[in-house]
This record gives sequence, structure tokens and C-alpha cells, in this order.
Amino acid sequence: MLPSDPEKKLSFARCIKDGDLVIVYEKHDTMKAVKVCENSVLQNRFGLFKHSDWIGKPFGSKVFGNKGGFVYVLAPTPELWTLVLSHRTQILYIADISFVIMYLEIVPGCLVLESGTGSGSLTTSLVRAVAPTGHVYTFDFHEQRAASAREDFGRTGVSSLVTVGVRDIQGQGFPDEYSGLADAIFLDLPQPWLAIPSAGKMLKEDGVLCSFSPCIEQVQRSCETLRSQFTDIRTFEALLRSYEVHEWKMDSSQDEGACVGSPPCKRKQQSGARSGSQGSTASTTVMARPCGEARGHTGYLTFARLRCLS
Amino acid sequence: MSQLNVKSEATQNPRVTWEGCSVLLDINDGDRLVFARLTAGSTLKIGNKNYSLRPLIGCPFGSVFQIEYGKDGSALCRVFPSEEGLCNNAEEKGDCQLMDESKDNRALVDNNKAQSLSSEDIDEMRRQGAKGDEIIEALIANSTTYDKKTLFSQEKYRLKKQKKYAPKVLLRRPFARSICEAYFKKYPARIGYLRVDALSLMLSMANVTANLDVLVMDMVGGLLTGAVAERLGGMGYVCNTYVGNTPHPMDIVKIFNFNNEIYKRIVRASLDDLCLGQAEISEKIDQHDNGIEDDSKVQNSSVNMEALHLAEHDIDLDPQTSVSEVSQMCKAPKPGEKASEEAIKLWRRNGFSCLIIAAPDSDAWSLAKDLVPLLSYSAPFAIYHQYLQPLATCMHNLQREKMAISLQISEPWLREYQVLPSRTHPCMQMSAIGGYILSGTRICSNQQTPSSKE
Repeated sequence: MLPSDPEKKLSFARCIKDGDLVIVYEKHDTMKAVKVCENSVLQNRFGLFKHSDWIGKPFGSKVFGNKGGFVYVLAPTPELWTLVLSHRTQILYIADISFVIMYLEIVPGCLVLESGTGSGSLTTSLVRAVAPTGHVYTFDFHEQRAASAREDFGRTGVSSLVTVGVRDIQGQGFPDEYSGLADAIFLDLPQPWLAIPSAGKMLKEDGVLCSFSPCIEQVQRSCETLRSQFTDIRTFEALLRSYEVHEWKMDSSQDEGACVGSPPCKRKQQSGARSGSQGSTASTTVMARPCGEARGHTGYLTFARLRCLS
Repeated sequence: MSQLNVKSEATQNPRVTWEGCSVLLDINDGDRLVFARLTAGSTLKIGNKNYSLRPLIGCPFGSVFQIEYGKDGSALCRVFPSEEGLCNNAEEKGDCQLMDESKDNRALVDNNKAQSLSSEDIDEMRRQGAKGDEIIEALIANSTTYDKKTLFSQEKYRLKKQKKYAPKVLLRRPFARSICEAYFKKYPARIGYLRVDALSLMLSMANVTANLDVLVMDMVGGLLTGAVAERLGGMGYVCNTYVGNTPHPMDIVKIFNFNNEIYKRIVRASLDDLCLGQAEISEKIDQHDNGIEDDSKVQNSSVNMEALHLAEHDIDLDPQTSVSEVSQMCKAPKPGEKASEEAIKLWRRNGFSCLIIAAPDSDAWSLAKDLVPLLSYSAPFAIYHQYLQPLATCMHNLQREKMAISLQISEPWLREYQVLPSRTHPCMQMSAIGGYILSGTRICSNQQTPSSKE
């Protein structure tokens, strides 16, 4: 997934090979991660797709199934991975992930600690940010989940940049060997305040900690604990609103001020509408409006900086 | 363990200041934000007095400074949390007392007679070498209303006096995060109202990471270029492209503490150069070389302009500081050199790994139609705009021309909270303009049809 291997870097010449991980894109909310295997097939509602048909084509190609249906095969990115990974726990999404990476001031070479690993959605983005010279040490007390995460990191090819440990961070704290070495720490734990004293030990001075909690009571308690050792304590909520875009036919026989639009036409009809518009009185306008339903809450992000004492 | 140590030392942005480094000074918890360069001669104006920034050299980022009055006048001195942590006590006490607090504001009358200490008294205390904290204690002792205030308004009172009589200067590392926040707070127009969460989203959506060749159209003063370069860590390239002959200024890049390795990876190339046919390239570049004098003149003049801005307005460098900053920049390698012919050839052959456009004053589609084709297949892109409509049109056209999939327009929303014992709520003010981002993935356009497949 990461371009540490120059051969795997995206380019016009880079073609899909046997063994590559690809993201099969049906539509924006229907995607699947597939390991390309010469003799394998993919079956979905559009038909049967032979992997062998994909090999040798550039990433980003449109490929066809036996019934004439098509999908796109894309190169994996942490963003796409977040949309296709198997949910073993509640996961973080792009709005929170991107903000966390920025606010934790993570750059190549950083050493980052994380607990819990969960489904590895954030971890993959943490790894991308520290690559190729840094490292992410991520911990989960659930042995099976840690094993699945390790497997996933193998699949996405980032194993060399991330180490998954099995450990109860709330109970035991982070391992002493990272004491004073962490540039940034991320906590997604039910009782983060239990892990905060240990996090304070692990961080470099002026290093940043982030705690993600769905409930305000957790935030309240974490902030009280943070105050003794940390400064610059700030809590945020980050959300995204998506927009849908439609082409409208405007009936220009009406007054211009009172343009009455016909119902939005589906995108499939748009090319037709374009060719039909020549010479007729109807003109088309592209308009956008927020999508009907959206994620209303994910969690609160609390950031704090370790006080400088030296 | 020793191995770990070596690794963590390699971080690009050191944690201790040095002479000549760029810093962000946060005065009184964000009341004032000042970018400065730490040189022997640089100063910071607090109140009506200039203070030398020399004591800040060699200190760890995150250090806090206060003014101390000595025999030879006043100077900035480092303070440690044990000293400044005192003021948190009220907050901790507040937790248990809040519920049965019976004081309120019924006895407060705004007649300006509550304080018996005059400003002459305070000046006299200062002359005698009183510390800021001592003045605050005296103010409290001489306030007739302080005891009648609730615990929280006592705390507020103390904080207000601290800001005036014992201002704190926090030394912060200039990072994309702090630079974006500081500009957004002070001069949002200069960065096209690009809020920090929108910037972070674009870096993620475009999959920016070390070793990539990132194409940007940065018309937000260099903030985007700098943020990308920070994520590349000196590996890969960020190529800032422009339409016509005048590169966009990228002065904000100089606020980041980038080393020469990173500077070398920040280049520029005109859209014409990137789009030209292979054969034409060398010829055109030759021509361009003659014009380069002009280009660099343009860049330099914009440097001066920015320095002027900084001096004039409040991201306020004292004119002296900014002069030394500019002269220093001329010696150091310049970010934004023209991309080499080989690099341009390579990009033409391989395509760019991703694209980010932040051109608040341009039409999104007219840029996207030229820039998206420069991307490798399957490469992601993100386009920022303050307005929704240009992105809606752009998305529609990209779809119609079958240039990209996974298209989405997102509007970031960010709310900060005040978290205090029994007083937690969203902050009273929030930014309501996060702008809009169109993201998507370039697809391979030389489509084959099912019939041509066999």
C-alpha cells in the first residue's frame, strides 16, 4: 500500500500483478479488497470476474465480467482500506483520522503508540504518516483481534512499520521500553484516564496525546486526569457533510426569477440531456445539496501536550 | 533501546530551538500569535516594550516564558510549571464546591470603585521590582468585590489580570497544524479560509506520504505546499504548478523549520511545461531559462511583501526581525526552485502520485481538466474551494468525461468544547466556514469495451 518499494509506486506503467491487493470498486459505497490470484474469480451482482483478466492492466482500469457488467480495480490506500476492512470493532473514519494525524503532528520518522488496535483503521493511516523511517507500536488486550490485525497489516504490506502487541494498556500501561521515546500517543479505550499516567511517561516532552471517546463523561474524566501533567488540553468533534450533485433541466419558458426545475434527473440520463439540449428552450443546471442522512456523532477527540519540565 | 533512540532522533523537526530557527509564539493562551525567527537581534513587543528573544534560543519547544523585572530592566525569563501551575488550584477545588455555591452577581455594581489600587501604585510596585504574580495578588487584596465573586469568576478575574500584568509566552513548534491555525485565526483570507481540518482531510484524501510525487496547485500562500512537504519528510517531491508565467508565492513554507533536504524536494513547474509533448520539452525549458530572472524577481518581491505584511500587521515581527529573516533566507537554499527537466520527464512518463488543488479564486473545473490527466491511473486527488458551486460543476464534468470515480463533495465541520468540572459545553464561538472538498480517484481512460476484450 505504501510506496516504500519503488516498484510498487503508482505510475502509468505499473500494472496489476499476481498477488497484488486491489480494491474492487462497484460504486462509492460498495467496494471490496481482493488479493489477485491467477486462477481465482470474483463473483458479485454484476457477474463473474476472472482475476486473470485483470493481470497486466493498469490500476484504475475498468474490467468486465462474463455478463458485460463492470467494476474498477483500484490500488489500495488507507482511505479505501478503511471502507473495506472487516469490522471487528467500531472503527474511526476519515474525518477523525485525518484530524488526529494532523493534530498529533506526526511526520516521517515519528514513533507512535496506539491502544487499542481494534480493526486497524486508524493504524493504517498512522503507519502511512510515519513511513518509511518511523514506527507504530499498537496494543490490544484481545489476542485474537491482535492476530487478525497483524494478518491485515501483512495483507496491506505495512508489517515492517507496525508492531502489534497483546497488552491491557489500561491495567498495565505501555511497556517501559518506550519510556520517553514516543512522539505521539493515541488512546481509544473505555477508561482512558487509567492509561494517561503511563502515556505521560512514554511521551517526549511537548509530545501530543489524543484520546478518542464517544461519551462526554469519558472526556470529562480524562481531562481531569490530564490537567496534572499536560497542557494545551483541547476537545473537538469533527464531522463531515456530504453533498449530492444533480443536473436539473430548467424550464426557461417561465420567468427567469421563478425557474421551476423538473425533478433531478439521474446521472445516467445526463449525457442524453446534454445532447437533447441543443436548440430547445430547456437549459440544464448542476446543483448540489447535502445528502439526506449523515453520521451525527463518532466521538470526542481530546488532545493534550506533555508539559515541558526540563 | 539504543536503536529506538537513534530512530527517534532522526525526526525532521527538532524539539529544541536553535539560533535562526522559526518559532510560533503563543502569547496568553492564543490571544496573540506571532511567528518569529530566533536571532540575537530579534525582539517581541509586549505592551509598549520590546523584549529580546535571545533567552528563547536553546530552549525546548513547549517552554513558557514570563517577563521578570530585575535591576537592569525587564526581560523574558523561562518559568516552570510548578510556578505557573498554581492557578489551576481553583479549578480543582471548584469541582466539589460548585453544587452548593451560593454566591452570585447580585451584589456587583459596575461603578468602577471596586479596585483601590491605582495605576500609579502599580507602576511604583514595578519600579521596586515586584513580579507580575505579586501585582496580581495585590490587585486581588485591594479589590472590594473579589470575595463576593463566585469561585469561577474569581478564577476569571485572576486570569484577566494575569494576561495584563504577567503575560505568558509559549514557545511552539511551527507545524502545519499550528501555522494553519495561526493564519486562520489572524489572516484567514491569505490562506483562502482553509481551516486546519480541511487541510488535514485533503492530505489524507490525496494519500500523501513519503516517496510520492505530489502535484499541488497552491494559491494559499504556500501553506499547502508546506503541509505536503512536511508529510514527505524529504522523500519524494511536491511540485507546485501554476498557470501562465508567474509562480504562486509560497512564503509560508519558510515558517516551517525545513532542512535543506526538504527544501530541495519543493519545486515548481508551470502547467505548460508539465503538459508539453516530450519533444517540445527541452526547447521550451531553454526559452524558459531566459525568463527565469523575471520569475525569481517575482518571487523575491513577494518575499519582501510578505515580510512587510508580517511587520505591518500583528503576526507581528518587529521590522528588525523581518529584515534579518529575509537576508537569511537569501543565503539558505530556496524552496520552490524550478523542477529539473529529468523530473518533469519522469512525471510525464509515470504520472503524479496524487493531486491537491487549493485555488480559492480559480474555477475548479478549468484547473481539474488539465491537472487530473497528469495523474497516474488510480491516483487520488482532492480539490478545495470556499464555494460549493464550482466543485459541483467540476464533479459533474469529471463524471461526464469519465475521468474519475469515487467522487465526493465533503464539507468539514469542527466544533471545539470547553471541558471543565460541571461546566462542559461546546465553545460559544465556532468557525462556520470549513469550505468544501471534492475528492476522487483518477481512472484509466483508454477504455476497452466488452466486445474488444477477447
